[in-house]
Amino acid sequence: MMTGSGRTLRNQLSTLVAIILLALFLKWALTNFNGYQIQLLNLVAINAILALSLNFIYGFSGMFSLGHAGFMAVGAYVSALCVLTPEQKEIIWFLEPIFGPFANLHTSFFVSVLLGGLAAALMSFLIALPIMRLGGDYLGIATLGFSEIIRVLMTNLVPFTNGAIGLRGIPPYANIWVNYAWLIGTLYVIRSILKSNFGNVLKSIRDDEIAARTMGIDTTSHRTIAFCLGGFFAGVGGALLGSLITTIEPKMFNFQLTFNILLIVIAGGLGSVTGSVVGSAVITLMLEWLRIVEYPLTVNFSFLGLFQVGPTTIPGIPGMRMVIFALALMFIIIFRRQGLIGAREFSWDAFYGLPSTLKRFYQRRFGRARP
Amino acid sequence: MSANPTNALDVKGLTMRFGGVTAIDDLTIEVAEGQITGLIGPNGAGKTTVFNVMTGFYQPQAGEVLLGTRKLNGLAPQAICALGLARTFQNIRLFDQGTVLENVMVGCHVRRKCSWWMAPLAWPPFFKEEKAIRLKSQALLERLNLGGVSGEKASSLPYGAQRRLEIARALATEPTILLLDEPAAGMNPQESSELMVFIENVRKEFDLSILLIEHDMKVVMGVCSMIWVMEYGRLIASGNPSEIKNNPKVISAYLGHQESEDSEDPQGSSSSDPQGSSSGGPQGPGADNSQGTASDA
Repeated sequence: MMTGSGRTLRNQLSTLVAIILLALFLKWALTNFNGYQIQLLNLVAINAILALSLNFIYGFSGMFSLGHAGFMAVGAYVSALCVLTPEQKEIIWFLEPIFGPFANLHTSFFVSVLLGGLAAALMSFLIALPIMRLGGDYLGIATLGFSEIIRVLMTNLVPFTNGAIGLRGIPPYANIWVNYAWLIGTLYVIRSILKSNFGNVLKSIRDDEIAARTMGIDTTSHRTIAFCLGGFFAGVGGALLGSLITTIEPKMFNFQLTFNILLIVIAGGLGSVTGSVVGSAVITLMLEWLRIVEYPLTVNFSFLGLFQVGPTTIPGIPGMRMVIFALALMFIIIFRRQGLIGAREFSWDAFYGLPSTLKRFYQRRFGRARP
Repeated sequence: MSANPTNALDVKGLTMRFGGVTAIDDLTIEVAEGQITGLIGPNGAGKTTVFNVMTGFYQPQAGEVLLGTRKLNGLAPQAICALGLARTFQNIRLFDQGTVLENVMVGCHVRRKCSWWMAPLAWPPFFKEEKAIRLKSQALLERLNLGGVSGEKASSLPYGAQRRLEIARALATEPTILLLDEPAAGMNPQESSELMVFIENVRKEFDLSILLIEHDMKVVMGVCSMIWVMEYGRLIASGNPSEIKNNPKVISAYLGHQESEDSEDPQGSSSSDPQGSSSGGPQGPGADNSQGTASDA
C-alpha cells in the first residue's frame, strides 16, 4: 500500500518516463522511418489534438458541434498570415494586394500557432454568443452553418486569404517535435481541467442541465468556456496542419474534415481523453494501411504443393479503402457503440495495479478449482 | 400563523399562469426558520410548480418569493442556489454518469473561489481548494451514511440511497433552506419511516429550514410542524398536523365532495376550524385514515 503523496510522485515520474520514451521513439523514428511514415506520425499527433478538442466540446461538455473545420480554418489562416515572410506575401497576393497591416507582419512559428488558436477561440466565442442556448442536434446544425460561412468568407476575403487559390509555401516548421510537444501540451491542459472539479461540472451539465443549474452552476458560461477552449485547440491543430502540408485553401476545410475528426472521436470513445489519442492513431494509420487494397494485388499461394491459388492479379479498385473503412465503422457502431476505449481513462494507478488485478481475476476464475 | 419576522422564506400573492391555465392562484405561504414545513395537496394542485417558481425556473405573473428580505423572482436558478436555496427533484435527477462522490462535488462548485484556468497553471491555492472540496464531499457522504459507496456510479445505487444522495448533493451547496419534492415517493413503509428520522436529523445537523412536498401523510404528519394545503393552485388550509388532519376542506379535497351543495368554505386558509365540525366527512379521520386517503390519491 502506498500513501497518497507517494502515489502522486510515482505517477508524475511515470509520466515523465513515458514522455522520455516517446521522445526516444520519435528520435529513433526520424532516422529509421521514411518520409511517408514520418508524415503519418505527424498526422497522428495533429489528429489527436483535433480529436481532443472536439471530444472536449462534444464528449465532455455535451455540445454536438460540427463546426470544427471552421475553427481549424481560422487557426490555419491566421497562423499562416503571421508566419509568412513579407517577401513571400508579396509573391502570393498577386491578384489583389494583401490587407495593409498584415503585409509586414512576421512572427515566430510558436507565436503564430498561439495566435491562430486565440483567433479560433475568439471566433468560437462569437459563435457561442447566439447559439449557446440551443441544445442537441440544433447546436450541430448551427455550428455546421457557421463553419460553412467561415469557408465562404475565406474564399471571398481575398486581401486576407488570397481567395480560392489559397496560401502556398507556408514554412514547414511543424516537424515531429513541434507537433508532439503541442499534443502533450494539449493533453496536459485538457486533462488537468477534466481531472479537477470543473471536469465534473462540465459532465454534470452534459448529463442533466436542469439539475446542474439547480446546483448553482451557470451552465451558459461554463459551456461557452468549454466551447472556446475546444475552439482554441482546434485552431492550434489547424495551424499545425497548415504548416505540415505547407498549403492551405478554403476547399480543404469542408465538412469532410469535421467528419473525419468526429469519426476519430466516436471510434476512440466519446468522453475519453485516452480514446481520442488511441482513436487518432488507429484511424489515421488504418486509413493509410488500407491503401494496399487499392493497389493491384498478385495472389500466388500454394499449400504444401497440394493446391495452388494463382498466380492471378486482382486489379486495384480506387476508393475501395473507404468502403472497407465504412464497414469497419459500422461494425464499431453495431458491436461496440462506446468506441474502442469507451468512457474509461488510462491511469497509472490502474497500470501499476494491473498485476494484482490480473491475479485477482485469475483467482476468481480458476482459484476455486484448486483447494 | 401571524406574520412571523423569523420566516426563512415568504411567498406572497404568487400567481403563475400557463396560457389559460392558472397553476398557482394568489398563493401565500411561509416557511418558518429552523422548522420543517409541509406543502401538500392532491395531484395537480400545483405544488411542484411552486417549487419551480421558487427556484427560478418559472417567472410568476404576480407575487413574490422572499428569502429573508431578498426577492428571488427574476433571478436565474443558479443565482438562487448561490443565495442558499437548494432543492431535490420528484423524479430523481442525479448525474448518472458520475460517481457518488462526483455528484456531491458538483454541488460544492457553487461555493468555490478559484477559476478553471488555474488548473493548467498548477496554481497551489487551486489544488488546495480541490482537495478541500473532495474532503468536504466525502465527509458529507459519511454523515449521510453513503461513505462506503462514494466510488460507485450514482445510477447503480438502490432507490432510497439515490434519494439520500440527491439530498447530500443539495446540502453540498450549503443551503439555508432545503426544498424536498416528494422525498418518500416510491418508498415502502419501512423506508419512509427511516426517511422521517433522516429528514429530522438533517434539519438539526445542518441547521436548516425545510419545505417538503409529500403525498405520504404518515411522513408529513410525523415530521412537519406546519402544513400548507393546496388544491387547484389555491391555498385551502394551513396549520399544524392535528388541525390539518381534522380540517373538513382538506378531507374533502382528498376524498372528494360528498354533496355538491356543501358550501362551507367561504373563507380560505383559516387554521382554526373546530375539530368537531367536519360536516359530512368521515368521522374522526385519524392519521391512519388520511394516510390511506393519500395513498389512494
